Amino acid sequence: MANKINLLGSVLSKTTLVAATAVFVFNFFGAHAQHGDEVVGHDDHNTAHHGEGEESHEGFKPGEFIMHHVADGHQMEWANFQIPLPVMLWTDDGFTCFSSSNFYKEENEAHVHGMEGHAFTMGNEYIMVNEVIYYLEKNGGIHGIEEKVKLAEEADLLLKDIVNLEKKKVEASSIEEQAIIAEEIAAVTKKEQELREAAGLAAPFDLSITKNVWGLLFVMVLMVFIFVRIAKRYKNREGQAPKGIQNLFEPLILFVRDDIALPSIGPAKAEKFTPFLLSVFFFIWFANLLGLIPFLVGFNIAGTMSITLVLAVVVFIITTINGNKNYWSHMLAVPGVPKWVLVLLTPIEILQMFIKPTVLMIRLTANITAGHIIILAFVSLIFLFGGNSEGAYWGVGVGSTVFMIFMYLIEFLVAFLQAYVFTLLAAIYFGAAVEEAHH
Amino acid sequence: MLNISLGTIIWTTVAFLIVLLILKKMAWKPILEGLKKREESIAGALRTAEEAKEEMAALKASNEELLTKARAERDTMLKEAREAKDAIIAEAKSNAKLEGDKMVAQAKETIKMEKVAAMNELKKQVAALSIEVAEKIVKEKLSEDSKQKELVNNLIEEVTLN
Repeated sequence: MANKINLLGSVLSKTTLVAATAVFVFNFFGAHAQHGDEVVGHDDHNTAHHGEGEESHEGFKPGEFIMHHVADGHQMEWANFQIPLPVMLWTDDGFTCFSSSNFYKEENEAHVHGMEGHAFTMGNEYIMVNEVIYYLEKNGGIHGIEEKVKLAEEADLLLKDIVNLEKKKVEASSIEEQAIIAEEIAAVTKKEQELREAAGLAAPFDLSITKNVWGLLFVMVLMVFIFVRIAKRYKNREGQAPKGIQNLFEPLILFVRDDIALPSIGPAKAEKFTPFLLSVFFFIWFANLLGLIPFLVGFNIAGTMSITLVLAVVVFIITTINGNKNYWSHMLAVPGVPKWVLVLLTPIEILQMFIKPTVLMIRLTANITAGHIIILAFVSLIFLFGGNSEGAYWGVGVGSTVFMIFMYLIEFLVAFLQAYVFTLLAAIYFGAAVEEAHH
Repeated sequence: MLNISLGTIIWTTVAFLIVLLILKKMAWKPILEGLKKREESIAGALRTAEEAKEEMAALKASNEELLTKARAERDTMLKEAREAKDAIIAEAKSNAKLEGDKMVAQAKETIKMEKVAAMNELKKQVAALSIEVAEKIVKEKLSEDSKQKELVNNLIEEVTLN
């Protein structure tokens, strides 16, 4: 066990060091070039459209920059190149599919008051605000959308009123007064609901292959390719020592089988769950490593809630399906506990059944996204200070790069650690579901 | 990131479930089976080696036993042979002694008889010689008259004295 981790550690640390240093030299200079372009473009802009209310382009906004890179998107960006991805929409008129380059054009850029971030229109049909696609014409154009945003803001204000009225109702002295306030609350609530309905933006169902879906499919294909190849090795070289790629992954496969599945689930049932645990482990690890390759469009696969949600739901379903009599009896009525405690305990236990996978989901998403955010924050530092003077640019640049290298090394560890933690906890939940009574 | 997109969920679910199935059937099953088979074969080989070692030890022990037995047998055989030799020698010795004694006794007997015979012969010879000597002496003494008379006188004297 110790040996295996040592081996893994040494391989990881060597490759990481080489990769991270090489990549950061590029990252730094690459970032420099990109920034320079932006400054030039910005100057052009200013001379051309001066005084057109382009305040949003004024200066560097780290928050927007970071969120843009961490969030999912309908195109893949590689420095100044954009690779369009298919946009697939299930609209009121049926299914349509077109390239996302139809959105990302300079002449399509739009601004919706009340909605922060980038907006692109596509003809009169669609508008995409922060990568969410809405109907344009059906919502009454940009003006109509702005109206609806206003309505939503009004609804939010009414919500505050409702909260205040509720407080008043509790403090009210007489029953009559309470009844009056209750009527008022009902009226305001009705108005709020009407506003909400009116404020609802009509949107097609977005089934696009986004950046992270593309990354996910890539990881899936990579996994099938690698592990089917390894499986062939095991068939062709039965009983022989591992070789090549088989040798690379065998310690990890054994790690999942012997150090995650076996101790958590027990020898009797571990075999049943090992394939799922192996798949989840390698999926998360590969996805994390893919996300760590700088400039490769910034995949944030395991940091996307929609993806980790699916993983967590699958874990939940497997746990629930495999739960035996012992598991459910512990859930619904812990044996040997007084009845009055059960009144408290059982709801907590049932809640826990849902909380466990939810925590699994949030932990993975937050850890991976946080890593990306920290690294991007260091990049932002260079831009923020670099705007003032050349000296600050280089000084902060070198400092940030050193910290980024450090963070990258930690991220490599986190990439593995989060895959391990997710798999281990899933295994422990499965183990609890199939554990036999021992009293 | 933190917002939920139904489209992404659908793609993830479809892709994840398909890959889960493919990997389970085409990758993990053969890999885990291969690992298990290899582990079993290694464990089997180790067990066989251990058994062979034990067998060798047992064989060695039985060889040792056989050797000690053979050695003991040889020792007893040698001892027996020595005893037989001693017995034979002792018997031969006693026989020889007996025979020798017998022969000595016979020889003694013969010697004794020869001696007696020789004595008898000697006695006879001595008697004959004595008579001859006595004859001669008598003849000589009685060759003169005076001597005959003396003798007669002596004899008479002696007879009278008695």
